[in-house]
Amino acid sequence: MTQWETVIGLETHAQLNTRSKIFSAAATAFGAEPNSQACAVDIALPGVLPVLNRGAVERAIRFGLAVGGNIASRSVFARKNYFYPDLPKGYQISQYEAPVISGGSLAVAVGEREITVRLTRAHLEEDAGKSLHEDFHGKSGIDLNRAGTPLLEIVTEPDLRSAQEAVAYAKALHALVRWIDICDGNMQEGSFRCDANVSVRPAGSAALGTRCEIKNLNSFRFMERAIEFEARRQIEVLEDGGRIVQETRLYDAQKDETRPMRSKEEAHDYRYFPDPDLLPLAISEEWIERVRGEMPELPGAMRERFTRQYSAAPAEAAALTATRETARYFEAAVGAVGDPAAARVCANWIAGELAARLNRENLDIGAAPVSPEQLAGLVRRIADGTISGKIAKEVFDALWNGEAADADACIEAKGLRQISDSGAIGRFVDEVIAADPESVAEFRAGRQKALNALVGRVMKVSGGKANPQQVAELLRARLAG
Amino acid sequence: MSRDALLDGGLAALSAALASRRISSVELTAAYLGRIERENPRLNAFITVDPDRSLAQARAADERIARGEGGVLTGIPVAHKDIFCTRGWPTTCGSRMLANFVSPYDAHVIERFDAAGCVILGKTNMDEFAMGSSSETSFFGPVRNPWDTGRVPGGSSGGSAAAVAAGLAPAATGTDTGGSIRQPAALCGVSGLKPTYGVVSRYGMIAFASSLDQGGPMARLAADCAWLLNAMAGHDARDSTSLDRPPEDYARDLDKPLAGLRVGLPREFFAEGLDGDVARAVEAALGEIRRLGASTVEVSLPNMALSVPAYYVIAPAEASSNLSRFDGVRYGYRAPHYADLAELYGKSRAQGFGAEVRRRILIGTYVLSHGYYDAYYLQAQRIRRLIAADFAAALANCDVLMGPTSPTTAFALGDRAGDPVQMYLSDIYTIAVNLAGLPAMSIPCGLGANGCPVGLHIIGDYFGEARILNVAHRYQQATDWHTRLPGGAQ
Amino acid sequence: MPLTREQVARIADLARIEILPAEAETLQGELNRIFTLIERMRAVDASAFVPMAHALDVSQPLREDAPAEPDRRAEFLALAPETEAGLYLVPRVIE
Repeated sequence: MTQWETVIGLETHAQLNTRSKIFSAAATAFGAEPNSQACAVDIALPGVLPVLNRGAVERAIRFGLAVGGNIASRSVFARKNYFYPDLPKGYQISQYEAPVISGGSLAVAVGEREITVRLTRAHLEEDAGKSLHEDFHGKSGIDLNRAGTPLLEIVTEPDLRSAQEAVAYAKALHALVRWIDICDGNMQEGSFRCDANVSVRPAGSAALGTRCEIKNLNSFRFMERAIEFEARRQIEVLEDGGRIVQETRLYDAQKDETRPMRSKEEAHDYRYFPDPDLLPLAISEEWIERVRGEMPELPGAMRERFTRQYSAAPAEAAALTATRETARYFEAAVGAVGDPAAARVCANWIAGELAARLNRENLDIGAAPVSPEQLAGLVRRIADGTISGKIAKEVFDALWNGEAADADACIEAKGLRQISDSGAIGRFVDEVIAADPESVAEFRAGRQKALNALVGRVMKVSGGKANPQQVAELLRARLAG
Repeated sequence: MSRDALLDGGLAALSAALASRRISSVELTAAYLGRIERENPRLNAFITVDPDRSLAQARAADERIARGEGGVLTGIPVAHKDIFCTRGWPTTCGSRMLANFVSPYDAHVIERFDAAGCVILGKTNMDEFAMGSSSETSFFGPVRNPWDTGRVPGGSSGGSAAAVAAGLAPAATGTDTGGSIRQPAALCGVSGLKPTYGVVSRYGMIAFASSLDQGGPMARLAADCAWLLNAMAGHDARDSTSLDRPPEDYARDLDKPLAGLRVGLPREFFAEGLDGDVARAVEAALGEIRRLGASTVEVSLPNMALSVPAYYVIAPAEASSNLSRFDGVRYGYRAPHYADLAELYGKSRAQGFGAEVRRRILIGTYVLSHGYYDAYYLQAQRIRRLIAADFAAALANCDVLMGPTSPTTAFALGDRAGDPVQMYLSDIYTIAVNLAGLPAMSIPCGLGANGCPVGLHIIGDYFGEARILNVAHRYQQATDWHTRLPGGAQ
Repeated sequence: MPLTREQVARIADLARIEILPAEAETLQGELNRIFTLIERMRAVDASAFVPMAHALDVSQPLREDAPAEPDRRAEFLALAPETEAGLYLVPRVIE
């Protein structure tokens, strides 16, 4: 039986988070009343003309720098001609032969592996409006608020070999565009949309198979399922002796299948040509350097630095750089602790307790009720032995719930200071040895586990405040005697 | 000066009369409106007049003059080609597609004239979407030439040319994509200037071929055109192709002597296809120019013959895309009966556009389509570069180029309407200028055998408007062709 | 290389201009006459010349990213042949 290999390339439309549209001064805010943000240019009144938004270009430059692509000193806007009611001019202003960004790549972690996905290009274009299909007496309603929203279309080489790789790439790209603050990444609102070109070929074959483009992949989960379905479908067709027809297919999440788009597939002929209303776009070296100077440290570089500077494990470094806000939080907390040695404790708390709580309450790290400074105060008290890790969770809860302004106040108010006085701990230890002869006997018989039980009982008696290390040491000393 | 002499005497006389309060803008506007009322049924030069609106503007202009805040053009009525979007006015582009379109905004040119205190006298008739050389393709019927109503006024700005020639307006705006200001100016015996591409904003000027379209003034005198251009020109941030240059006074060099002027005469302008009476009038004009101190030298534009075919690829290609927005959805004509979206588009566009517009959309669609783009569109763009290079070489050793504006005088109505190719060749001398983006002007320089005017074509280097206007003005100081009126009156 | 009836039908479809059967032949003839004129240009070797898309060799100006358009929906919708609930209406769009 033939072994099949899936080959995938992704095209992503990232809406750029400018305040105004790419070619008009209408606002881009999401969710406005239909057509209330569609100005004369957006509805394509006779005689109106496009003027390019500097902010959109600057975001494209940021992206080019982030992926190490070539930023064209001269790029050209072209018209892509087709009729559709949500496309008011009858053409979309896009870039064709001379895109603003070409080349570049993205390093993507897929499980334990890292793959490099090459980018073909990234170009600026305008979004279309929306057709609403609710029943207007059997008609469609057209809302042009979205028409003219800037998009960066990011196209990969066919470098992806599985749905998992495709999703990993899409997630990495999603994180990157948010990291460099060019796109809000809101997939529900359509700010980040992916289409996948999928083909299959016998493993080892160099030639590409006929591909199908799958649209409507509006979540990572759907992307994975759609690609898996499509690859299976194509393999079945080929194994049955059929052939793949190049076409555009829609993913139907409810049926978990892809199907050909119903609209007449009248072999498009977009008649691209340079837009005569827009002169070539010039991007100077000075402009690029200015943007470079304003770029944040990129996630890859930051991961490396965290590994080096804080001895973070690769997985830890990856978690801390999942978003720019997480990294910012981490560095703020480490800075507030003032001791680089405490960095890993901070990392553990951020990747552990904080992440879990945020996840449970569906919050972004930016909205965390515990500030980096508060976390730092907590970590400081763990480091200097004032509280144990267990008590620290209680303090963290109190901070999360707003019960105390900082860790010290909480420890003071609740009397949570760890007991490190060996006299006091000795009294607890003696109490427990007297009360639990069975465990004592077991330990003496060589069962190490029994020590844990005894430590636990001492901790309980101390109200959790005894220093567990000291407890264990004293127990060992007493029982050995 | 009699009232009629004042109305036909050029802008300087009108401006002086208004400034000294010898006549009010209301009186002046009413006088032209009266002429329009009498003459327009015969000429069909205007699509829309709205006396109430015009007179209200005139009253405002009079108040401004009374406050001592008037400029040289304040109170002067100007007729606008119906291609300029004019807030609150129907703006039809001569098409059924926009027959009911009332513009919700003003073109930059309209704003500029408004700021100068001019009165909108009406919207002038034109070839549909500016596609034509005879003003016969208008949905509102053909414009007639005031010199002979059996003949065409040229096009596409034929309504503006006819209005100025017949004294229905002292000044008008036009647009020129392949000769649409200069050729009707020539055929109607008025002065008309197409500026360097980018000097006048295209914002609100309904696009035909965006990389070629340029608005410009039409009036009786070259000096009038200078004043009008002063109002029209200037940077506009809403048009990405509008040039941000320091403002200039286009009238600054009007009186400069022509001694030392070097005039290039492209051999190809005087070759086969040029009518004898046109050639004779132009030769005579060149004699006059030499008498004024200029020297002439033969130059060559070797690829001029290629300009018409290249133009009929580039202009329709851009037009096919520019006119896609007319789809019956957001404004404009929608067919009364359609079964689905495809029919809504197909029928609205088939019924809303006239035959010439449909033809050009189809040509443009074809030359951009897959498999033909390189052979037609890209080749035409290479030819365009070739032609621009020819002009650069010709202008390297002279200040302006001169020749006839049109190979013939006004032709009979219907004569070329059935033969698009014949019609396209009417613009053989003007088209190349648009491809290069150069400024050029036509001024009256004689009468042909049929008693209709002949135009002298003056082409300058980029941003050479002031020089062209200087040459034209000096010529008009020395001659009287520009004062001749249709019907033999002077 | 004359245009066939099929080619004319194809470009008319791309341009969304309905052609009635009665006018198809005349139109084909007219277009072919125009293409005879255009063909003159194709024989020329202009390969040394860079295609010229714009009259002047300048680059495009850029606009600052600041919203500056008032809501004129009511005025614009009034221009349209058919609207409802703030939307432009068209025959049902099929995805």
